Amino acid sequence: MSSSGAHIKDDSIDTTHGCILYIEDVTVSFDGFKALDDLNLYIDDGELRCIIGPNGAGKTTLMDVITGKTRPDHGTVFFGQNHDLTKMTEYEISHAGIGRKFQKPTVFLNHTVFENLELTLHTQKDVWQSLTQPLTGEQRDIIEENLEIIKLKDQKNLRAGLLSHGQKQFLEIGMLLVQNPRLLLIDEPVAGMTHQETEHTAELLKSLSGKHSVVVVEHEMDFIRSIANKVTVLHEGRVLAEGKMEVVQNDPKVIEVYLGS
Amino acid sequence: MIKNINNLHSFKEWLFIFFLLAIATFLLPLLNIFAPEESVLHVPDYIFPLLGKYLCYALVALAIDLIWGYTGILSLGHGVFFSMGGYAMGMYLMRSIGKEGVYKSDLPDFMVFLDWKELPWYWLGFDYFAFTLLVILILPGLFAFTFGYFSFKSRIKGVYFAIITQAMTYALMLLFFRNNTGFGGNNGLTDFKQILGFSLQEPSTKMSLYIITTIVLFLSYVLSRYVVQSKLGRILTAIRDTESRVMFSGYNTIHYKLFIWTLSAFLCGIAGALYVPQVGIINPSEMQPSNSIEMAVWVAVGGRGTLSGALVGAGLVNWAKSWFTVAAPDYWLYFLGALFIIVTLYFPKGLVGIFARFNSEEKVRESA
Repeated sequence: MSSSGAHIKDDSIDTTHGCILYIEDVTVSFDGFKALDDLNLYIDDGELRCIIGPNGAGKTTLMDVITGKTRPDHGTVFFGQNHDLTKMTEYEISHAGIGRKFQKPTVFLNHTVFENLELTLHTQKDVWQSLTQPLTGEQRDIIEENLEIIKLKDQKNLRAGLLSHGQKQFLEIGMLLVQNPRLLLIDEPVAGMTHQETEHTAELLKSLSGKHSVVVVEHEMDFIRSIANKVTVLHEGRVLAEGKMEVVQNDPKVIEVYLGS
Repeated sequence: MIKNINNLHSFKEWLFIFFLLAIATFLLPLLNIFAPEESVLHVPDYIFPLLGKYLCYALVALAIDLIWGYTGILSLGHGVFFSMGGYAMGMYLMRSIGKEGVYKSDLPDFMVFLDWKELPWYWLGFDYFAFTLLVILILPGLFAFTFGYFSFKSRIKGVYFAIITQAMTYALMLLFFRNNTGFGGNNGLTDFKQILGFSLQEPSTKMSLYIITTIVLFLSYVLSRYVVQSKLGRILTAIRDTESRVMFSGYNTIHYKLFIWTLSAFLCGIAGALYVPQVGIINPSEMQPSNSIEMAVWVAVGGRGTLSGALVGAGLVNWAKSWFTVAAPDYWLYFLGALFIIVTLYFPKGLVGIFARFNSEEKVRESA
């Protein structure tokens, strides 16, 4: 997969200290309400991390801060040790190697499944290239390969708007995969999926970790149990607990705000 | 490259396009020259500037479809780019009059009337066609690029963008209405005599201008089709549908919007430059806010995001306008307004959309 777009330096992320994402003292407030409150969070290179927390805990705001959609009031967000995400635009962050799947599946509804993957494919993304460079055979193969992975091969010429909710979720994950990011942020991937689709997603995410770092925000506890190594519990914009699922699950503070209810 | 262009349409579609092109550039002129005047087949002289005018409008519609239909950015200020091309051509035509004007002066008549003694600096160079051509090809695009750069960078979108383009055209209209701006005030530029040494009164000149317009429209159509059919075109429609997703996929959408916005203005400027010698006048009323709105209506009526719809819409609406302004001049604006509302509410895909739906229903019936 990494063979496409050889001109792009995607190895420029300095992870010599083992961490790929450093979030330190980040505060975001909306009209006085602190969505994130001096939050500290570190993601290791290659790990699969789940973030849980009740509604309003700041999960989506955290994603927004990492992808450049929302700027923190103060605090630092570093991708590797050398990319200050608070000073980069959305597309620069994407180029640096962070891909995001939104809570509500966000795909290009008027484009075919194949075109959706073509548009997100990891390659040169300037105007002139887009105008003059048709897909190479190699890039076509990458897309076909990923169509297989997300099980949408038979639907590749179908308009994405005609897919089921679960299929759209898979398509969006596929769009992330062809982008070949170092860090994947995945917001509620199994909402609206059937049991089988959920299992498939769990397999997929587990297979990604190691090569990529994956951060999953999810509500579905069974799903988290099936994939998670390490879980971070957010509450009122802060980290309430962090650690192995079994440990976190039995933490009295966590039971009080979240799991017990 | 040739192969790429060939792939833009099916063989049947290309055949149809070349058929239309052949009628426009060969058959009509031949019928004008060789068919006897009393014959029903005779094409009278006055048809050519009239058709030429419609073709210029069609080019404008094509330009608006690129930015509105494909990219979802509604511009209600394309009259400005049209006028820029038009005024540049008009200035050249004014200079070509030489001393044949009413006052027999080297200066354009309106300057003599204002008692100006010498040509303002910004009129220098328009004695030369090559210079004029450069201005026509560069100025509207450059102006659009600058305007777009600040707007898109500030993330101005949707109805807000439409409103500032209206304000832009209104402001420039007021500027051009002033006599001391130096473009002939509210009378604009007119009384042209010749272009490149050919008399503008000659039917052969008019026919040539018409043929050139047809060819320019054809080339612009092929260029636009190439753009929208490329990956860039798919990115533009993706920006229209979900811009944030495009940004998170690593595209700098500002560059894409600037590209298509500038291309659109470029085509519109060329349309204006071809329009002026065929119509014989350019004045600030071309920059009336309502004019630019009318341009958007052409595209809405024909069908957005199809290119062919824009061409059909420009032709039909202007044909209706010609008919109305003779038969019931007071009701034209009511008709135009009603047309816009009906099309937007009931036929969001325009006339081409109706036709396509009819076609696909037929296919369903056939297969059933």
